[in-house]
Amino acid sequence: MVDKVKLAKQFIEAIPHARELGMKLTEIAEGTATITMPYDEKLIGDPKTGVIHGGAVSALMDTCCGAAVMSHPSAPGGTATIDLRIDYMRAANPGQTITTTATCHHITRNVAFVRAVATDEDTETPVATASGAFTVEKRF
Amino acid sequence: MTRARPEPMQQVKQRRDAALAALVGAVPYIRFLDISFDRRGDELTAQLNFDDKLIGNPFLPAIHGGVTAAFLEVTASITLCWSHLWPDIESGAIDPEAMARGELPRLPKTIDFTVDYLRSGLPRDAYARATISRSGRRYASVRVEAWQDHKDKLYAQATGHFLMPQTPPEAQEA
Repeated sequence: MVDKVKLAKQFIEAIPHARELGMKLTEIAEGTATITMPYDEKLIGDPKTGVIHGGAVSALMDTCCGAAVMSHPSAPGGTATIDLRIDYMRAANPGQTITTTATCHHITRNVAFVRAVATDEDTETPVATASGAFTVEKRF
Repeated sequence: MTRARPEPMQQVKQRRDAALAALVGAVPYIRFLDISFDRRGDELTAQLNFDDKLIGNPFLPAIHGGVTAAFLEVTASITLCWSHLWPDIESGAIDPEAMARGELPRLPKTIDFTVDYLRSGLPRDAYARATISRSGRRYASVRVEAWQDHKDKLYAQATGHFLMPQTPPEAQEA
């Protein structure tokens, strides 16, 4: 199991855009994944408040949902996003790391259904939630 | 009744371009993704300038789905903000020089955003245009379409809802 975590960690952290945003995979189990993204000034969407842009949260959500699909025991290979909806509940606190946990709650031969939640250091109220459909590929 | 003489073209263009550049240039995340905007009158076309750091699948290779989502969201929010500011830019109520100094209007806040991925994003530039379906005092609904080589072969489309920047209550009463 440790090897699978290590392998998944290497796989996610080898994605150029994930690396660029400093994403770190902290947990991976059968159909669930947790990825963190540190605060960075280049991700600011509102220069007045220093709040990071929703788009950066989307990138984190999308990566985490993909990782959850690939970690599912029924997923043979890679995956691609079919659709992803994100609801933005509140602004993320400037300076804080964002943590996302995604769960692949259902998978068929062709489609994987995923939900995700993102929080900052205030873990009580989510920053954003996502739900999406992903392809199930035979290979990477 | 005498009609006011139209402003010289260069003056009009300079004012509009300065306002757009100030609006777009103020957001670090737009600079990080290297998204630029092309303006024809009030119509905007966003361009995502390709770079290797935007890759999400190194095997294909393809643009990261999150980058595509972000590109569409930036296009939607800037287009919305631009159309909201347009009357004030034209009337001179907003000074582009003051905008460039950092006196910027608040951007709309995303409530929700849904992206359809129609084709994988090729490792090259992408373009997007947003259409405002409805723009009210509090909420706005926006559609966005993005393409790469052929305008009629979209690689992604999105729809989203935004909360418009609110004027303080005292200003509303005045």
